[in-house]
Amino acid sequence: MKTLVWVEHDGKAVKDATLAVVTAASKLGEVHLLVAGSSVDGVAKDAAQIAGVGKVHVADNAAFGHNLPENIAPLVAELMASHDAFLAPATTTGKNIAPRVAALLDVMQISEILSVEGEKSFTRPIYAGNAIATVESSDAKLVLTVRGTAFEKAATSGGSGTIEAVSAGGDAGISSFVGAEIAKQDRPELTSAKIIVSGGRALGSSEKYQEVIVPLADKLGAALGASRAAVDAGYVPNDYQVGQTGKIVAPQVYFAIGISGAIQHLAGMKDSKTIVAINKDEDAPIFQVADFGLVADLFSAVPELTGKI
Amino acid sequence: MKILVPVKRVLDYNVKPRVKSDGTGVDLANVKMSMNPFDEIGVEEAIRLREKGVATEIIAVSVGPAKATETLRTALAMGADRAILVQTDDAVEPLAIAKILKGIADAEQPGLVILGKQAIDDDNNQTGQMLAALTGWAQGTFASAVNVDGDSVNVTREVDGGLETVKLKLPAIVTTDLRLNEPRYASLPNIMKAKSKPLDTKTPADYGVDTAPRVKVVKVSEPPVRSAGVKVADVDELVAKLKAMGVHS
Repeated sequence: MKTLVWVEHDGKAVKDATLAVVTAASKLGEVHLLVAGSSVDGVAKDAAQIAGVGKVHVADNAAFGHNLPENIAPLVAELMASHDAFLAPATTTGKNIAPRVAALLDVMQISEILSVEGEKSFTRPIYAGNAIATVESSDAKLVLTVRGTAFEKAATSGGSGTIEAVSAGGDAGISSFVGAEIAKQDRPELTSAKIIVSGGRALGSSEKYQEVIVPLADKLGAALGASRAAVDAGYVPNDYQVGQTGKIVAPQVYFAIGISGAIQHLAGMKDSKTIVAINKDEDAPIFQVADFGLVADLFSAVPELTGKI
Repeated sequence: MKILVPVKRVLDYNVKPRVKSDGTGVDLANVKMSMNPFDEIGVEEAIRLREKGVATEIIAVSVGPAKATETLRTALAMGADRAILVQTDDAVEPLAIAKILKGIADAEQPGLVILGKQAIDDDNNQTGQMLAALTGWAQGTFASAVNVDGDSVNVTREVDGGLETVKLKLPAIVTTDLRLNEPRYASLPNIMKAKSKPLDTKTPADYGVDTAPRVKVVKVSEPPVRSAGVKVADVDELVAKLKAMGVHS
């Protein structure tokens, strides 16, 4: 089977999420990549180094600069004439583009696969991760999005892909990029961090989040996360949110601080290797999934913890 | 302009789903069902656009069993003007739903279609994007702000790392994210009024759509259960546990 993997990048570097997709694709067959964007020579060269990669299709066109699905999806659909499967990371970019490609190809997409069970058989989570479905496609071509935390990342070196320019596609003329506000973070990215320190509503304010959660994260070199309640209350920006509607993470250690553990939150973090919960309510559902639970007032326990590690 | 708002009847988000012991699916017998939360946000946004004078008519649509009528009545009670139920007892996949919605869009010629970004049962996150592909319209997914300006709409999107704004030519497809708005509750008088609002019943065949599934569900199983953890007595014990795992700087 020939697969085509969507390379997510920021114009400078290949994003980590892509590497897990390459691993998933390699379980299906030959791995080809698509690097689309504006002035992406550097990205294409890096992509060709990824272990196990065959051909790297490079579509360099200003119309592909901001990942607009109206422009990208027809390009992918055209390349799919010579591929059997299209795989994209289950990031906001992948989720935006892949279903548009699937409908253009008249196939059903299989979203957020967790494993490859056979040539056309996969597992995926449903009901906020409360059930795992094993599904089998009967379509001629596959369109898949891949949950990054479910697959090992392919090595970024050792590959020797051949770069080939694609001239297809252009501006569909129905959408344009206006601007972006990207939250500045000088710490590991949430979805690839080894340690995550997450705060919930019990913090009570943005100041307390800064005062209690941030120093612990700094000490551990951890990424910062939050529950939806903390995001809705305005303690932190939206992109900190871990859960069914936010980011799905699976770090080595996840600290849930002042988070009760609603099913929507658990959906985003219950595959973490070790979960540490600090909550003053000993009946909080988070303790049912926590490896280490501490029933204590977070405002005294967390600073004490920060001081002692 | 007309706004089309697809809504889905799903297991209520507060109910913990139980996997059937025979592995055929999740037990939906005698459990509370509600409108998918992201769809409520879609209905609310459509109503707000009418309150701003942008929308002239709001049509709620659902594809599903006869009981989905309740979900449509909820949309009507919130403020939708009329409803269309495309009735079927089959489980319909996003691609077939998108084809049915394309049929309705062809007939109704809406200026905007506002869907939820995903349904909380299948967690697919596909229907809006697929409808956009089939209609050839632009898509503004994961919207946290929607501003119609003449013949285009500016959609602010929640993306990994922050926000992004795109400008889309109308007609367009928008899918809602949680932060777009806070949906209103239907008042009792409005619930009563909703009972007399028009509700058309159609079938997938009326739109020439074959709903046969492309993806077969082989089995549904419980996720792996985490082994029971321990409660530590104090911070010192927690620190000792963390150090034993090698978590310290």
